[in-house]
Amino acid sequence: MLVWGGDAEGGAPFVEADPANPARVRGFDVEVAERIARGLGGGTMGARFVQVQWSNIDQSVERGDFALGLSGVEDTPARRAQHAVTIPYFEFREVLAVRPEDASRIHGLADLRGRRVATLGSTIAYDLLLAARDSTGIIPISYDDDVHPYADLVHGRMDAVLLDHIIAQRALRRRGGTGFIILPQPVAIGHYVGVLARADSALRDSVDAVLREAMRDGTLEQIFRRWNVWDDSQGVLFDRVLRAKTPLTAGAARTTGLGQAIAYLPSLARAAVVTLLVSVLSMALAVIVGLALASGRLYGPVWLRMLTTVYIEIIRGTPLLLQLFVIYYGLVGVVRLPAFLAAVLALGLNYAAYEAEIYRGALEAVPRGQLEAGRTLGFSEMQILRLVRGPQALRYALAPMTNDFVALLKDSALVSVITVVELTKETAIYATNVGSWLVPGVLCAAVYLAMSLPLARLARRLERRWRVA
Amino acid sequence: MTGGRRALLAIDRLRVRYDSRDVLQALTLEVARGEIVALMGPSGVGKTTALRAVAALQPFDAGAIIVDGFALGPGPVPPESRLVPLRRRVGFVFQGHALFEHLTARDNVTLALRHVMGKTRAESDAIATTLLASLDVGARAGAKPSQLSGGEAQRVAIARALAPDPALLLMDEPTAALDPARRTALAATLRRLCDQGRSLLVATHDAEFAAQADRVVTLA
Repeated sequence: MLVWGGDAEGGAPFVEADPANPARVRGFDVEVAERIARGLGGGTMGARFVQVQWSNIDQSVERGDFALGLSGVEDTPARRAQHAVTIPYFEFREVLAVRPEDASRIHGLADLRGRRVATLGSTIAYDLLLAARDSTGIIPISYDDDVHPYADLVHGRMDAVLLDHIIAQRALRRRGGTGFIILPQPVAIGHYVGVLARADSALRDSVDAVLREAMRDGTLEQIFRRWNVWDDSQGVLFDRVLRAKTPLTAGAARTTGLGQAIAYLPSLARAAVVTLLVSVLSMALAVIVGLALASGRLYGPVWLRMLTTVYIEIIRGTPLLLQLFVIYYGLVGVVRLPAFLAAVLALGLNYAAYEAEIYRGALEAVPRGQLEAGRTLGFSEMQILRLVRGPQALRYALAPMTNDFVALLKDSALVSVITVVELTKETAIYATNVGSWLVPGVLCAAVYLAMSLPLARLARRLERRWRVA
Repeated sequence: MTGGRRALLAIDRLRVRYDSRDVLQALTLEVARGEIVALMGPSGVGKTTALRAVAALQPFDAGAIIVDGFALGPGPVPPESRLVPLRRRVGFVFQGHALFEHLTARDNVTLALRHVMGKTRAESDAIATTLLASLDVGARAGAKPSQLSGGEAQRVAIARALAPDPALLLMDEPTAALDPARRTALAATLRRLCDQGRSLLVATHDAEFAAQADRVVTLA
């Protein structure tokens, strides 16, 4: 049995859940895997599919979750340096999609200076955009999926999308052929390959042999024709692969781990600033809204108390991830929020619910006797809150607030799903590139700790100072 | 009983119900200017409730309370904005002091002077210094409540209640946390306060302490 891994979320025509039987997958990569299994086992071997997130295919194959990764996996120098990679079996074109009204002005990346260009993270397309950022000044935006870039292009959040032509054509079909157009001139050419664990080079050679056989006997062409992805360039690719004595490699000089780490430090630093900015702004919003909610819940009329309670329970009872999606994608018909603003809003409004409960608890923890003493001295309710209740509640609230801020620092990693590249996302990109999570993970953890530990210390010091004397 | 002088505090047939039980049934009581009245009786008889009703911290069901011309009637406690004249006339020393934990002894005393009476910080500090010294806790002015002994905290609480110069001081179980020597000293202090024309209504179940009052009213 050949155990192979792919991402069914990537969808047709690569790998998708079979609409007739969602427990099964179908797609041209599924059939390629089955063809490879048949070739390896002399016709008797079956193929078993393992679902894996697309960006984690390399890590999973190296861990031994499956033997072969196959799901629109791109041929890159980094991948060849880190893993055992098959010969290319499909040639794709990196194509630009733009809105129809821009088609007359935009013919390539060079026409997109200062514009936002979307793509899938950890891809050749993303690397192309990063290179273009430095050379022509475009703004690369990375997504975790290949559907929302096109939706955001149509909605005007993005000015162009750069992705594989198969993905672009599929997106256009789903929109009924309207909303954007695909530029005919490709930006670059790439290939899909299978990826195996570095130690599995013998199996890789067997897989290569099966792929060559499938190119020769026409079964690969049949598969691609069945899924409407066959074109002349595939025939040219097959000829070239079959003629080549040694496997075509996209080999490149491999930099050392230390060199790569140093090269990534500036982007990690930039991403850390984004994490810090998102967290600080979200926390500020959470504190302000939280105070308003707590006051409403403690001092407001009945209807306001009910309203704040409903808000707090809904926010605390639903996932932050869902709230992020709703604010960024769900509200697009009402208001088109920039990703950074949507991230701050979602995190801030979410944490406000938790802050509100902290403040309410802290305000209620101030002994009643002191509030009554305030009344007998002639203070108004507002003065009691400002002079007696608030200052003491702040002290009670400080420790839980610090905890929340540290939690928020880490939860801010979630905002990468709406294209904000923060520390964890940048680390994931780095890890994909070097093919290991070890060094990137340690670096990333160190940066998070460098941000959270001083905070915890500060809070402890304040608490000590306020408790004594 | 009040020697013909007009009463500073007049409680007339005060009735307070809790959970359909009468805590106070028909309390009638007067306190003259400069008079110390001890309100006695076993626990749960309604002494604290009576003080709280006079300070408008708690509603009552029937009767009337008049403090130096300011009248409180049955029903819900009026909003603070309508209680300003009462707040000027009545000070309250709580059982357990209820000092503001985040402020020093001095700031506990000056808070109302500055934010209610509108005095400057310097004026307030001068008043606080005098008051704390007269109550023998001048040296503790910079301490926080958590650093004060029970007796010190109580005297700071008295100073805080006296700072706005109320005509009537209500005290709830002032001797509860004091040793015998302190009780005698407290009685002398209270007597001195009332020589200045202030009236005192003290809820206590300490008969020895009550004996030093001008008059004892026993609830049963």
